[in-house]
Amino acid sequence: MQFFIEVLIGGLLSGVMYALVALGFVLIYKASGVFNFAQGAMVFFAALTFVGFKEMLAKHLGMDADSSMVFWLSFLLAFISMIVLGIATERIVLRPLVNQPHITLFMATIGLTYVIEGLAQMAWGANVRGLDLGIVDEPIAWLMDNYEIGVSKFDLFAAGVAASLVGLLALLFQYTKVGRALRAVADDHQAALSIGIPLQTIWRVVWAVAGFVALVAGMIWGARNGVQFALTFTALKALPVLILGGFTSVPGAIVGGLIIGASEKLAEVYVGPFVGGGIEGWFPYMLALAFLLVRPEGLFGEKHIDRV
Amino acid sequence: MKLKTTVLLGAALAGLLGTSLASAAEEQFIGLPSYRVGPYAAGGSGLFGGWIDYMTLINERDGGINGVKLTWEECETEYNNARGVECYERMKKKGATGNTVFQPVSTGITYSVLEKVAQDKIPMVTIGYGRTDAADGRVFPWVFPMITTYWSQASAIVNYMGQKEGGMDKLKGKKIGLLYHDSAYGKESHAIMDKLAAKHGFEVMKIAVAHPGNEQQSQWLQIRQAKPDYVVLWGWGVMNPTAIKAAAKTGYPREKMVGVWWSGAEEDTIPAGTAAKGFVAAGFNVAGANYPVIADVKKFVYGKDKGNMEDKTRVGSVYYNRGVVHGIITVEAIRKAQEKYGKGKALTGEQVRWGFENLNLDDARLKALGATGFLPPLKITCADHEGPGKVKFQQWDGNQWKVITDWVDSDRPLVRGMIEESAAAYAKEKGIKPRDCSKES
Repeated sequence: MQFFIEVLIGGLLSGVMYALVALGFVLIYKASGVFNFAQGAMVFFAALTFVGFKEMLAKHLGMDADSSMVFWLSFLLAFISMIVLGIATERIVLRPLVNQPHITLFMATIGLTYVIEGLAQMAWGANVRGLDLGIVDEPIAWLMDNYEIGVSKFDLFAAGVAASLVGLLALLFQYTKVGRALRAVADDHQAALSIGIPLQTIWRVVWAVAGFVALVAGMIWGARNGVQFALTFTALKALPVLILGGFTSVPGAIVGGLIIGASEKLAEVYVGPFVGGGIEGWFPYMLALAFLLVRPEGLFGEKHIDRV
Repeated sequence: MKLKTTVLLGAALAGLLGTSLASAAEEQFIGLPSYRVGPYAAGGSGLFGGWIDYMTLINERDGGINGVKLTWEECETEYNNARGVECYERMKKKGATGNTVFQPVSTGITYSVLEKVAQDKIPMVTIGYGRTDAADGRVFPWVFPMITTYWSQASAIVNYMGQKEGGMDKLKGKKIGLLYHDSAYGKESHAIMDKLAAKHGFEVMKIAVAHPGNEQQSQWLQIRQAKPDYVVLWGWGVMNPTAIKAAAKTGYPREKMVGVWWSGAEEDTIPAGTAAKGFVAAGFNVAGANYPVIADVKKFVYGKDKGNMEDKTRVGSVYYNRGVVHGIITVEAIRKAQEKYGKGKALTGEQVRWGFENLNLDDARLKALGATGFLPPLKITCADHEGPGKVKFQQWDGNQWKVITDWVDSDRPLVRGMIEESAAAYAKEKGIKPRDCSKES
């Protein structure tokens, strides 16, 4: 039982990490109805830009790379870079495609993925970098000593960050003018424009916010596994979370993440040994597929009704 | 007068053309299917940087191989099979004598062009990857999985564990976890580990990690529960730092983790931070810049500002030095082939294949190259395209790799038996009649 609880807690905390990436997808989808294929690349770009600025500041200004001054300055510069990337995406990619079918926008984001991946490596190189956020990835001693359950301090920190982000974004969408405008744009570009909602501004705002989420996700995943190209793969972990939680729901991303995280870990530990192991990669997709058959819009997604 | 001018002009043109043809004939082209972007770019940039730097060294310091300058061209594969095949096709006819040798640095690409290289008469060298049974040169005359294969490596790792325990008999009753990348590469370890387990009486606990391996919570919880005496990390890319960090998270001692050579570079330990301290890995080349060959690269290549590495601090890293090993083996095979087919001449792939098959990098030659201890002494024969099958073990001290053993042997009779058995099955399936090596010269 104790082992089961440990696997379950570990899975739930991993799920929160997936939800962090899924949030970025949800934001863009809510504002433009587009599945942003480039979200994984944005996570990579953001994290690499952060460590790139850190190295650059330390080298050129002669500052200590681990100082909080360098950390926050790099964070700010990386966030500004994400805003610039968001504005450039709106100007160059999205603006010419207003009122085009969603599949066109989706295809554009596939192209964008390769551009962002190339841009990141061109600007900062392809070297793998370590990232230390100052939180050790080791079990909480009290839980370990008393219950022999290993819960990582780092995973708990990541869960706290994700919960804060979800809270902030939920407030933004529900209770602010920008949030309402975002939802209106997501429903119908043309209708939103006709009532005076500045589509371009809204898109810029949402891409900037998605960039911020990508930066936070990239830093946390980067601190865990290193800042490297593989950060783009985090998007693969977010897809089943989105299907389960719904593409349009911020809390859905968290709940979906928790379900996917817990179920994939339990499946790997208790089912894996009977089928040769390594099922973590495909099990969440199978679960999401089964879920699609029952509830296509996801747990918290908006039910889509077409007038015929 | 007009006729005289025309004749003179013609002679001058012919002379120029002749000179340019002669200089073209004195160049040996080597196509490099590199990967400097994409998921494995970090390793690729180091490996191909080291390789190119060594070839530049030969040109700058020695004026080429007996006067034959080396030329090369990179073709980006992004570690993608289809692109690798495209690169192979694009480069095979380049240069005065075509591509000298194809070294895909990818097991997938190796399999994709395995039959093509024989048809095109271009030797394929797969150092530390590729198809293990291709070490049987009687069945695979065009393929050279040199220095050591995956099976030899697994065996050497078990021998290292035996050394640590105080004798191979002490492995009886032990439990060894095998954390492997869930791919053909990772599963390459299964057959040999099963054989070794049966021979030495230990238990193998196989644990798969799905690609890309950036999440290993459940695998390490299983390891924590089973408490294996050692864990072999058969990883690649992001799977490696993730495994090291997860080991630290679950309290598994890093000193008991032994990585394969694709898990034992700075790119695997630096992202893991302090968690990597104590981690051990096998390598058919070592890290470090204090070898005469690397000193020469610094002097003759970087001293003239002709180095390939953007980040010069990576000179001497594991992947960089592995690239230098690729360079040494390629250059020495061409040098050997020139002894037979003519010094100072550009050679065809078929001629260089003979050079690979008769390569003998003994202690004296390694010393002359400034590479004693950098790679193991290597002797290739018609039947044996692998060579020594030895590795050294290095341990990460928190900042750099430190060599902790001499060259550790594999169980040669066991591994060679498996290679021959597998190669014979391949030959039967493809209708290949193995060469009679007594008739080869």
